[in-house]
Amino acid sequence: MAEEAHSEGGLVFHPMDQFIVKPLFGHGPIEWYTPTNVTLWMGLAVLCVIGLFVLGTRGRAVIPSRIQSVAELAYGFIYKMVEDICGHDGVKYFPKIFTLFVFIIFTNYLGLLPMSFTPTSHIAVTAVLGFGVFFAVTLLGFYKHGAHFLGLFWMSDAPLILRPIIAVIEVISYFVRPVSHSIRLAGNIMAGHAVIKVFAGFAAIAAISPVSIAAIVAIYGLEVLVAFIQAYVFTILTCVYLKDALHPGH
Amino acid sequence: MEGDIASMGQFIGAGLAAIGSGAAAIGVGHVAGNFLAGALRNPSAAGSQTATLFIGLAFAEALGIFAFLVALLLMFAV
Amino acid sequence: MATESTADAAHGAADLGACVSETGSAIGMPQLCADWMPNQIFWLVVALVVIYFVLSRIALPRIGGVLAERKGTITNDLTAAEELKAKAVEAEKAYQDALARARTEAAKIVAEAKAEIQKDLDAATARADAEIAAKASESEKRIGEIRAGALDAVTEVAKDTAKELVAALGGKADAKSVTAAVTARLKG
Repeated sequence: MAEEAHSEGGLVFHPMDQFIVKPLFGHGPIEWYTPTNVTLWMGLAVLCVIGLFVLGTRGRAVIPSRIQSVAELAYGFIYKMVEDICGHDGVKYFPKIFTLFVFIIFTNYLGLLPMSFTPTSHIAVTAVLGFGVFFAVTLLGFYKHGAHFLGLFWMSDAPLILRPIIAVIEVISYFVRPVSHSIRLAGNIMAGHAVIKVFAGFAAIAAISPVSIAAIVAIYGLEVLVAFIQAYVFTILTCVYLKDALHPGH
Repeated sequence: MEGDIASMGQFIGAGLAAIGSGAAAIGVGHVAGNFLAGALRNPSAAGSQTATLFIGLAFAEALGIFAFLVALLLMFAV
Repeated sequence: MATESTADAAHGAADLGACVSETGSAIGMPQLCADWMPNQIFWLVVALVVIYFVLSRIALPRIGGVLAERKGTITNDLTAAEELKAKAVEAEKAYQDALARARTEAAKIVAEAKAEIQKDLDAATARADAEIAAKASESEKRIGEIRAGALDAVTEVAKDTAKELVAALGGKADAKSVTAAVTARLKG
């Protein structure tokens, strides 16, 4: 419907085609085990992670090589974040949080390559991440604190009359967390990629193609920033949720 | 499908939903501007609050993304 | 509308599934295509598990070890530097002490030498004084002798001259009276 509506003016917009999941081999239906472009780009992300964090730190040098110092920088960045927000007992969960961070940042950046595919632009992917964090954190909270974890919703310093109302709001906001957590990431990435595609569609008109190419460059620069910021935000919010589970009192 | 009153409604709805992105932009600008004002007043405390800044930006922006998502859903999925 | 497109796609390209049209473009939002979700979730879980095991088993302990080692090295180096600094301060103090000691030593030596020289000088002066005094008294004696000698000679000459004078004048001068007269004259 969209293409028919637009193709009349000579413009062809297919901003969503870049998100199509295709099988890597042949044209068969996509089963759950089929190797697809999702597999390919996630696999490339895994290879990048291995390249940076395993091969790059092969030397174990006290005076690091360039790649090793990048790996150390990432390690220190997330380690400090976890330690600052969750406290010392949160450091135990650092490898899991770091896994989320490197997965998101590498799929985001690989997705910025032309003709590539971005797994993090798919709500199915980010929802697994977001709801995974949500359930893990909630179960951890109940495991650590039992029923005291519900104190998270019961503001003991609010006036008594307001407490039930606040509790309802808190419960709703707690359950919206995974939705916003996952849709924020997918939405940002999808929006950026779709906007680039829309501007690329305008480039077909000779008169405005310089403007549209300049706009693509500008949006691309913004997307480079967004790719990092969204990985950062996803990680930092994971830390904040983890802190709520570890220390629900405050 | 052209001239279909339903698709007209779709597009109008998508356009209206896109206004939400602008509202989110106002919110993000507020967050960043207030952070900058505070940071200039007390630069020594600014460094420790960048995490808070990004969380605030993320919350403000998420709602804009929801509006954008509604627009996309109206355009492509309904 | 969506149902219509789905129906179109269904008889056009059955193997592409319900979310892609015959022309290969997306129908609706690919993000909402339920056919693809199990595939994405499966590969996501695989990727996450692989990354998690690679990181937690190999990479993170290694990086943590390197960081700890570096921290240790830096701390060690800092303590070593601190030690070296203390040593340097100590060495400087020892140097200053030695310098001061050498200075007092030198001053002592100088004073000693001065005293010795003074002593030598005094002795030499005394010796010279004594010598000078001896020489002076000797000279005086000689001068006295010479003076006495001269007096005698004058007396002799005066006697001789008086005798000659007397003889020349034709007188017969007896030596005794001439001598007496000359002596009397010389005394007077």
